[in-house]
Amino acid sequence: MYQELILEHYKHPQGRGLREPFDAEVHHVNPTCGDELTLRVKVADGGKVLDVSYDGQGCSISQAAASVLHELATGSTVDESLSVVEEFTRLMQGRGQVEPDEDVLGDAVAFAGVAKFPARVKCALLAWMAYKDALMRSQG
Amino acid sequence: MSAVSGFDVERIRKDFPVLTRELPGGRPLVYLDSGNSSQKPAQVVETMRDHLTWHYGNVGRALHVLGSESTVAYEEARDKIAAFVGAPSRDEIVFTKNASEALNLVAYAFGNPVGEDERFRMGPGDEIVISEMEHHSNIVPWQLLAQRTGATLRWFPVTDEGRLDVEGLEELVNERTKIVSIAHQSNVLGTVNSVSPILARAREVGALMMLDASQSVPHQAVDVAELGVDFVAFTGHKMVGPSGIGVLWGRRELLDAMPPFLGGGEMIEAVWMDHSTYAPVPHKFEAGTPPIVEAIGLGAAVDYLNAVGMDQIKAHEKELVAYALEALPEIPGLRIIGPRTPIARGGTISFTLEGIHPHDVGQILDDVYGIAVRVGHHCARPLHLRFGIPATTRASFYLYNTTAEIDALVRGLHHVQKVFG
Ligand SMILES: Cc1ncc(COP(=O)(O)O)c(C=O)c1O
Repeated sequence: MYQELILEHYKHPQGRGLREPFDAEVHHVNPTCGDELTLRVKVADGGKVLDVSYDGQGCSISQAAASVLHELATGSTVDESLSVVEEFTRLMQGRGQVEPDEDVLGDAVAFAGVAKFPARVKCALLAWMAYKDALMRSQG
Repeated sequence: MSAVSGFDVERIRKDFPVLTRELPGGRPLVYLDSGNSSQKPAQVVETMRDHLTWHYGNVGRALHVLGSESTVAYEEARDKIAAFVGAPSRDEIVFTKNASEALNLVAYAFGNPVGEDERFRMGPGDEIVISEMEHHSNIVPWQLLAQRTGATLRWFPVTDEGRLDVEGLEELVNERTKIVSIAHQSNVLGTVNSVSPILARAREVGALMMLDASQSVPHQAVDVAELGVDFVAFTGHKMVGPSGIGVLWGRRELLDAMPPFLGGGEMIEAVWMDHSTYAPVPHKFEAGTPPIVEAIGLGAAVDYLNAVGMDQIKAHEKELVAYALEALPEIPGLRIIGPRTPIARGGTISFTLEGIHPHDVGQILDDVYGIAVRVGHHCARPLHLRFGIPATTRASFYLYNTTAEIDALVRGLHHVQKVFG
């Protein structure tokens, strides 16, 4: 489960810290383990994601997932990034039976092993669900 | 072999076949999660199997041979448990499905229009006292009671060392207090609370007192009469018994005065279309077909614990916890949440590792070493908030654990630090 890439993102989180300006801010928690994440998005008029900034606390899986999300989403478009969220969710909820689409997922494919641990799936999804929620709100 | 005289941990381990299990990848199982739920000896499993295979019938209502064999075995289990906790009468032992149900049963007796006894009347102005170190099972039922009745919920704070802070006892437990309910032993800190000063104050002001003994009854000889409180709750699955069975002990006179909890078969004396009269205790509180085989299994668990000896078990665990309290602080960045001396504490140690989330600690211990610990807030979120931490890693010991397993834990934690360092 602890792929090198996950540990790297955990030790050196990308894009961490809450930034201005932003269109929407959400706060998501994982009540069973106390993981918490505040996440902001800034989207340009054409649907380009200008920034995903976040802050939070939690296990390596939840924090690394936020870092990977930041890298994948920033600079892509709302539609593109939502399709990555969809593929990531499908992978995480697949109980380890789903063959991940590497072209869509990029670095996020490193989380494939987490899907075999039902207790940890929520950790991996925390940031991604928060991002989806924030996008919905930003589109108002 | 433990240094406790006559206590042979290797022999005890043979009674628990699961402890010989090898997990995938050749990891031997190191089970340090008995505070969550204990493993079961073959004697308990065999008793339950035998009953289900050869004697099973419904209890209390079948006239045939099987029905009466089941009834006898079920009621014998009650006798064993009554003796195990020193209950003055067997009728004071009420079977529930777990400790949570036992706590709820008592909470629902208060402010209940079905009951008439003054001691259980509750409304605005009345107070309920718990503590900050409680399991959610000894918090939420009282919150709900306060919401139903308008009474006020109050609590003892916890000191930095992880002891109950009784400084404000006189003010906290006062003439308005109707019930005090606290843990006998904390499931996170390991702290064993001193009951007598609080009980003395409760008596002074005419309040009732309940103990959540879920974590004490499995680990030390508990005598309810000696404790002198009014209600005690505990749960079968933490004391080498099966899940699905718990116990409420209550003073006969109080149980008699309380309204029923759940309505149904077996809890009645007579039923008309518009009202009913109720069976005497304990049956008044045992509506419907009870967990028959689970109760019988708990009886076998009590036989098992008695054969080993509760004092021996306590001494063995004390040795383990003293060993662990020496060994764990040698790990850099490890902070124990709870008493750091093996005095008035049981074999449960919760801790944090600086910069590493407990989920990651637990996952590596399990994946790499087959060490089962619990991570999270252990159903005691307010206590974790008190210490300003979201979660801890908890190792909890029982009669079958060894110092070698604590060595394995220490090795595992060093490895965790390497991975995340
Ligand atoms: C102190 C304490 N109280 C209550 C409980 C609840 O026990 P159960 O889940 O069997 O109702 C537990 C165990 O989970 C506990 O440790």
